Amino acid sequence: MRIPLGWLGEMVELGAKVTPNDVMAELVKVGLEEEGSHGGDILGPVVVGEVLSFEAEEQKNGKTIRWCQVRVATSGSEEIRGIVCGAANFAVGDKVVVSLPGAVLPGGFEIAARKTYGHVSDGMIASAKELGLGDEHDGILVLSSIGLDPEIGVDAIVLLGLDESAAEVNVTPDRGYCLSIRGIAREYSHATGVKFQDPVLAIEPVMGSGFALEVKDNAPIHGKAGCSQFVLVGVSGLDAEAKVPDWMVNRLKLAGMRSISIAVDITNYVMLELGQPLHAYDLDKLVGGISVRRSEAGEELMTLDQKTRQLHEEDLLICDEQGPIGIAGVMGGARTEVSSGTTAVLIEAAIFDPISIARSARRHKLPSEASKRFERGVDSSISRAAASRVARLLTELASGSFSGVGAEHSSDFQLPTIEMKLDYPGQLVGVSYSADEVVASLEEIGCTVTKIDDLVQVTVPSWRPDITHKTDLVEEVARLIGYDKIPSRLPVAPPGRGLTARQKLRRRVLAGLTGAGFVEVLNYPFVSADQNGWMGSAGAVELENPMQSEASFLRTSLVPGLISAAARNISRGSTDLALLEEGSVFLPNGASAVSTLPPGNQRPSETTLAELKAAIPLQPRLVSGLLTGHWLPQSPGQHSILAGYPQALGGVEVVMQQAAVSYEIKQLEIAGLHPGRAANVMVAGKVVGFVGEVHPELASQNHLPRSVGVFELNLDEIFAVAPDLVQAQELGIMTALTQDLSLVVDVQVSAADLIQSIVTGAGDLLEEIRLVDDYRGKGLDAGQKSLTFSLLYRAQERTLTQAEATAARDQAVELANQQFGATLRG
Amino acid sequence: MSEKLTPEVVAQALQESLSALAAVEDAATLRNQKAQIVGDNSPISRLNALIKAVPNEQKAEAGKLVGGARAQLNQAFEEKAVKLESLAANEALANEKVDMTAAPKFLKLGARHPLSLLMDQVSDVFVGMGWEIADGPELENEWFNFDALNFHPDHPARAMQDTFFVKPVENHLLLRTHTSPVQVRSLLERELPVYVLCPGRVFRTDELDATHTPVFHQVEGLAIDKGLTMADLRGTLEHFARVMFGEEAKIRLRPSFFPFTEPSAELDVWHPDAKGGPRWVEWGGCGMVNPNVLLAAGIDPEVYSGFAFGMGIERTLMFRNGVKDMHDMVEADVRFSAQFGSVI
Repeated sequence: MRIPLGWLGEMVELGAKVTPNDVMAELVKVGLEEEGSHGGDILGPVVVGEVLSFEAEEQKNGKTIRWCQVRVATSGSEEIRGIVCGAANFAVGDKVVVSLPGAVLPGGFEIAARKTYGHVSDGMIASAKELGLGDEHDGILVLSSIGLDPEIGVDAIVLLGLDESAAEVNVTPDRGYCLSIRGIAREYSHATGVKFQDPVLAIEPVMGSGFALEVKDNAPIHGKAGCSQFVLVGVSGLDAEAKVPDWMVNRLKLAGMRSISIAVDITNYVMLELGQPLHAYDLDKLVGGISVRRSEAGEELMTLDQKTRQLHEEDLLICDEQGPIGIAGVMGGARTEVSSGTTAVLIEAAIFDPISIARSARRHKLPSEASKRFERGVDSSISRAAASRVARLLTELASGSFSGVGAEHSSDFQLPTIEMKLDYPGQLVGVSYSADEVVASLEEIGCTVTKIDDLVQVTVPSWRPDITHKTDLVEEVARLIGYDKIPSRLPVAPPGRGLTARQKLRRRVLAGLTGAGFVEVLNYPFVSADQNGWMGSAGAVELENPMQSEASFLRTSLVPGLISAAARNISRGSTDLALLEEGSVFLPNGASAVSTLPPGNQRPSETTLAELKAAIPLQPRLVSGLLTGHWLPQSPGQHSILAGYPQALGGVEVVMQQAAVSYEIKQLEIAGLHPGRAANVMVAGKVVGFVGEVHPELASQNHLPRSVGVFELNLDEIFAVAPDLVQAQELGIMTALTQDLSLVVDVQVSAADLIQSIVTGAGDLLEEIRLVDDYRGKGLDAGQKSLTFSLLYRAQERTLTQAEATAARDQAVELANQQFGATLRG
Repeated sequence: MSEKLTPEVVAQALQESLSALAAVEDAATLRNQKAQIVGDNSPISRLNALIKAVPNEQKAEAGKLVGGARAQLNQAFEEKAVKLESLAANEALANEKVDMTAAPKFLKLGARHPLSLLMDQVSDVFVGMGWEIADGPELENEWFNFDALNFHPDHPARAMQDTFFVKPVENHLLLRTHTSPVQVRSLLERELPVYVLCPGRVFRTDELDATHTPVFHQVEGLAIDKGLTMADLRGTLEHFARVMFGEEAKIRLRPSFFPFTEPSAELDVWHPDAKGGPRWVEWGGCGMVNPNVLLAAGIDPEVYSGFAFGMGIERTLMFRNGVKDMHDMVEADVRFSAQFGSVI
């Protein structure tokens, strides 16, 4: 909401030198947010001058300037100044605006006498843009072109209304009344204590009669009638082309609205002033009386913007005998629009149901100045005053006369009364407000307060439909007396249990992986169907209103995001990457949707709550890593080590170690991964993730190197099997024996399977087994490989003999032979 | 064997051995020549044979004479050995010298994302006060995100937040616009009193620019107990501000509006170390929990009251750590995370 200060000053006394910043600083105290200031940043002397003569002079740079003699006047005495001007859109005798040395134009542009193009230019002839009057920059401002013929030496700042400035504040949705100068003035009065003069009280009402009006509502929303008040006032004998006075144009402009025509401008002006949206119909274009009703099936209306709108049965309409002439509170119809030929108008001021208007505005995508105010609640007591103010201004400024035609509908309406204990505000805010302070604050905002013992009965003012509960009254008391009066006290929470085990796991996993060299990133969860498809997603959640149509799905894996992130890093020169992300993915769960939501202000039944939760797609939290480039770069005495699936396996190891969960790697083909370099990560027979190398084709499509290691693990599933605590095992302290064992097997036999076989075969004496070599080639048949293991044996109670170790090994070899045809390498 | 064991002969043998010892210059040679200098082949050892020829009554004296010489030689040998071994060890160390500034570093350094670190740090502040950390789903049912938080279905406040809806919209699923639905869930699921902090990811349909991103992070706090007031809110926020911004930090409340709190306030923090000098910075929103929110969780607002507050993590990181552009936080550039390491 923009507030021209001159306008505000008509309702509250502002100091002579008050600036928009001063006004905003006061308004912020009572809960309005500072947005900025407009206009007013011009300093004189800027005066009207007359061009007496000029000589056009061509310059070396090809430009032609005019060396002008301009008659101006300062402090009463006339003088002639030489001024260089680059524009050519004026003639001798034209009256123009001259900025004299010492003036400051908008944007901090200081004017001084300066030497230019071989002359001393003693000031500047200003364009409209330089004066902050618009974007017109084709030439200087010739005053006759805007209908002005002032005296020489007149202060142009005052003449053009350039001294007016406006403050802009943001109004929260509960404060509809602050979308008016009247409401802002009231708040300014609360903030500063200066007296507020209600402009409504100064309006002499006009009452018309005899116009046929019917207000009905066959389909009220939430049982509330769409229209509670409807005032019509007729004005005839209008000059629709009457000039809009400069002061009104200026105020509208400062308030952010364009001047259109006298009738439209006046309705806008009064709306800005009082907060009551208004509409003017061309009385001669109306057919019969007016009715206010809900739309019927199939009705349509061409609105002022020349668009034909299909009306909805919930739309509240203003109609004449021929049909709709406006969507109530949203936009009028084209058929009854006021035009240059209009001589009689019917002014409408009404109170509509906020919800009905909000729905219509949303449905037709027509947020308007009117609908914005209706949605937030309009003062229910000023419709007639506002219509009268429009009628008076039309008679004053457009030679209209009050025709006596009009009508008024007003349904019974009582302002709500709220009961509150006098000590309640103090209890909620933590300040011991006295009873007098509470009552005085409420009365100051316009409430009628009746005190009964320790209670007050508070009737809220007509402009505050947002106040419906005693806590709303508390806020009014607290903000009027000041939030800065609230003391500070640190509450003591009951002893807490610290982070949950699941939260701790997340932190350990992140600390472990970053400690192992991974860099955490946070990617948007928005992906394309194609990206979800990379990792073989079966289905995904789709957004109704994505930011970009090519990323309209929610991710089902973190890997596509990491691939894109890697590509972006590589394009920026960071080629050695070990990326990590921990976050949610979104999986459709096929549960039936809840189509009707329970009401908001009561606890739903446990069944309903369960249904609401069950309908939400599953959102497991995953952790993924992606590596490419070098794991370690080359350095003196050290070859580089490439990043790829080995470090991805390392990442899995870190996560599992942090969770204290043992796992297995099961090799198989996985969508999105290299067919020969992919494995599932299994915990207790269940797949909890995968690890391997990104399919080279996928890597290449995304401009990544061929070797890209990747892993992805479901932290929720790992957490589900993670132990709460780890039981200690006894450490063997007897001497251990080590042996190497080389077995020849078919290349298809996995090391993990062979190890399993050895562990089982060797029995309890085997404490540790480590694969140290995988040999293929000379000395072996094609299709065979030799795996060499380092075995460590130990007995708990005695020193082991070499013979016992060998016996254990022989059992292991025998089982491996039975299961996989393994033979000792000779 | 005509030679007789005389003091001169002993002295000569000793001198011969000491000369041989003196000629040795390194520990390896010394080890190799040990036998020649002090061992069986040494001049001193050869004297042992002469002792046999000494008459019995003179044997004791002769033995003493030879023994003294041998002791002298052995001591000289040991001293030389210690000296040469020490030189050898020093030489070996000298040969192993490397340029430590050129040496490879075998460990790889990772880094947390500063947003995720900052959320952890904020969580720790509140855990330290006995609060607990609550989580909830990012894709929510509309009821938890709006209705239960006193957003009437037609209230313009719903339009104030630009919401990502999930297809089909009739299913009332959306990406949460704030972490407040976690507050609702906490009230529904936990026993009173409740003191919880809800950090997490939230979503609004803002275009990415220097100060906006459609995906961002919040922390929200919620305390519901008997007798809580706005003074408790202020005290909690002041403590929090001091932990985050130093002992000089303070807070300021300005009246505002949120559907889920009444009274409501905007929260400014006095940032003593702000770039360009100490100043007030808009930090978040807060207020006393609206009775309708308590009713949605089945809590009697006549018995319990409480406060809630929330702030953006991105915004906090921007003014606290001097991050200039939102793009840096969302583009997954490893250099951005790496500069923080694990310090925020």
